Amino acid sequence: MRGAMLFGLVALMIVATGLMQSWNSALLILNMGLVSAIMSLGLNLQWGFAGLLNVGVMGFVALGGLAAVLVGTAPIPEAWAAGGWRIVAALIFAGGVIALAAVALRRLTRYRGLATLAILVAGFFVYRWIFDGGVAAVEAINPASAGNLGGLGLPILMAWPVGGLLAAGAAWIIGKTALGLRSDYMAIATLGIAEIIIAVLKNEDWLTRGVKNVFGIPRPVPYEINLQQSASFVERAQGLGLDPVTASTLWVKTLYAGLFTVVLVVLLVLAQLALKSPWGRMMRAIRDNETAAEAMGKNVTGRHLQIFILGSAICGIAGAMMTTLDSQLTPASYQPLRYTFLIWVMVIVGGSGNNFGAVLGGFLIWFLWVQVEPMGLWFLELVTSGMSDGPVKAHLLDSAAHMRLLTMGVVLLVVLRFAPRGLLPER
Amino acid sequence: MTDLLNALVALANFVIIPASAYGAQLALGALGVTLVYGILRFSNFAHGDTMAFGTTITILVTWALQAAGVSLGPLPTALLALPVGIAACAVMVLVTDRAVYRFYREVRAKPVILMIVSIGVMFIMNGLVRFIIGPDDQSFADGARFVISAREFKQWSGLDEGLALKSTQLLTLVTAALVVAVLFWFLNRTRTGKSMRAYSDNEDLALLSGVDPERVVRVTWLIVAALATVAGVLYGLDKSFKPFTYFQILLPIFASAIVGGLGSPVGAIAGGFVIAFSEVTVTYAWKKVLGYLLPESLEPSALVQLLSTDYKFAVSFVILLVVLLFRPTGLFRGKSV
Repeated sequence: MRGAMLFGLVALMIVATGLMQSWNSALLILNMGLVSAIMSLGLNLQWGFAGLLNVGVMGFVALGGLAAVLVGTAPIPEAWAAGGWRIVAALIFAGGVIALAAVALRRLTRYRGLATLAILVAGFFVYRWIFDGGVAAVEAINPASAGNLGGLGLPILMAWPVGGLLAAGAAWIIGKTALGLRSDYMAIATLGIAEIIIAVLKNEDWLTRGVKNVFGIPRPVPYEINLQQSASFVERAQGLGLDPVTASTLWVKTLYAGLFTVVLVVLLVLAQLALKSPWGRMMRAIRDNETAAEAMGKNVTGRHLQIFILGSAICGIAGAMMTTLDSQLTPASYQPLRYTFLIWVMVIVGGSGNNFGAVLGGFLIWFLWVQVEPMGLWFLELVTSGMSDGPVKAHLLDSAAHMRLLTMGVVLLVVLRFAPRGLLPER
Repeated sequence: MTDLLNALVALANFVIIPASAYGAQLALGALGVTLVYGILRFSNFAHGDTMAFGTTITILVTWALQAAGVSLGPLPTALLALPVGIAACAVMVLVTDRAVYRFYREVRAKPVILMIVSIGVMFIMNGLVRFIIGPDDQSFADGARFVISAREFKQWSGLDEGLALKSTQLLTLVTAALVVAVLFWFLNRTRTGKSMRAYSDNEDLALLSGVDPERVVRVTWLIVAALATVAGVLYGLDKSFKPFTYFQILLPIFASAIVGGLGSPVGAIAGGFVIAFSEVTVTYAWKKVLGYLLPESLEPSALVQLLSTDYKFAVSFVILLVVLLFRPTGLFRGKSV
């Protein structure tokens, strides 16, 4: 009942945005709200179900974005011919070196540390020699518009599950090393890994064009310009009393909203089934008392790894969806405040451990994140209306954009203090 | 012989001096994190933004002093403004503690909850700093730029390589040494310092011995505010001030504190230097130094840079992981809650 009311409230706020500002911005909020809800569903799996501190959501979201590039964009055959295979060979070689080092560490009895170190150091230099040559060749191909290997040229919708798989793979590697750590250490470790993933996306131009960004990732929905040229669409738009340009932008966003809703509903149903299943009960038992659960014969580390991978995969799917929505990958735009800590605010405000709570938090916090800026500007204008024009007034008005960070902090603290279980508490 | 000297000078100029200054800044930051962890028993995610807040106030006061024509001659004016920055930062953290953290101490919340609370504080402080000074780069260093400039050094020594020592680097090292000396004297010699260490070692025993926990917490926050502001101002003088950078520096600072052993002040200092030196050596292009050391036939043609500078986070992170896997309590046995 309370849930329905709160969801109704959010829907009302979005509709109000449509009526007061424009339907375009309302749909923008709705679309990113759907994506945010999926991200917070993923984090809720980790934190709410299992109590895992994943402060690296940003990294998995970015990997999803990478998947959109690797799956959706067209391949660049010249680049592959110039050095693509050499890069692939270098990466395979690196994998081989690491495997060899691992074997040495396990099998050797004498000079174990030294031998492992020698393999790693020598392997690193050989790897760099193979790798750097390939990278230089690839990045020299048409650097103004390409300079990377491109993707597979497959339908972009396939990027969504692939994004999930990519994030799951990364989560497996990370989980293997970081999950054994104590909670604070794990938080710092995941924070660090997310930064490293972003650093890779920003600097490996052969993969993502780095800070030059990848533009024009294909879409699963028609382009506005094509709609405007289609006679039947223009006719229908005019039938509704809309001009074709507005109608086309709205229609494209509505299609996106439809696609995203399908994904969200599927994931929500799955998460809900998981929560209600014996598996979900076991997860919560492990969260509430690890020692007791272990004494009952539950494999705590194994289950933690499992749910860490699942939650990260969901974040990866959301990341791929977001990059598809933007049609571009801008590695420099990934910032932990926006893609990690904001998702945490969503989960905690919504109600950790409750899937509907996480979804609600996703919508609500995203709405606030977008709307606090105009509200802040309005508020500051009210405050400064009595002031004479001058540097102080100008500075205050300029600072309206930073109100959102302040607001998020206050919202998080207030919820933690007065409703620590969130708006929709776990049942 | 000259080749060896040249190599040494190049090494000192590009690796040892910058890494020492950076290490001192990290050590000061890590001391703050480690004190909060030892006394209040949580990882403070807001520490980077506490540093940014103290620095912001210092910068504003510095600008006011500069506008009024006050200067310290060769030293940066920011030193005069520093006490004001520390005071403002102290007020800020004490108010935060009273309004936010105290409640969770009273209900004896789990450390992880306090950590999430500190994320909320981080948001607020981050927003506040951007609100006050804006998100852009600010430069506030003045006074003499160099203690030794590369050109003077070349003339004096007759070597090909120059050695430059920026005044901010020297200032960082001297200030850090002073601050650390005072801190250790305080922790080891004074009554309050001893009660802090007792509280950190064993809370219940300290309470039984009549240590006032609220007083210990207040003193801790005061010290943390001072350390954070000094670290932030030194970092800002040495490089430049940008709110986002101060948020990002949280990662190497945490890495330093954990590598040294959370809760151990000596460890925090050691950790700061370990992280700084590894970051700089791994991302430094060794071509020049090797060029002097190796015979001509072996001279490297590439830069011999192990990783591009953008991957410096990866370095702190890898060290962190290695230490955690092989020595989970850090180099100097830290504590765990």
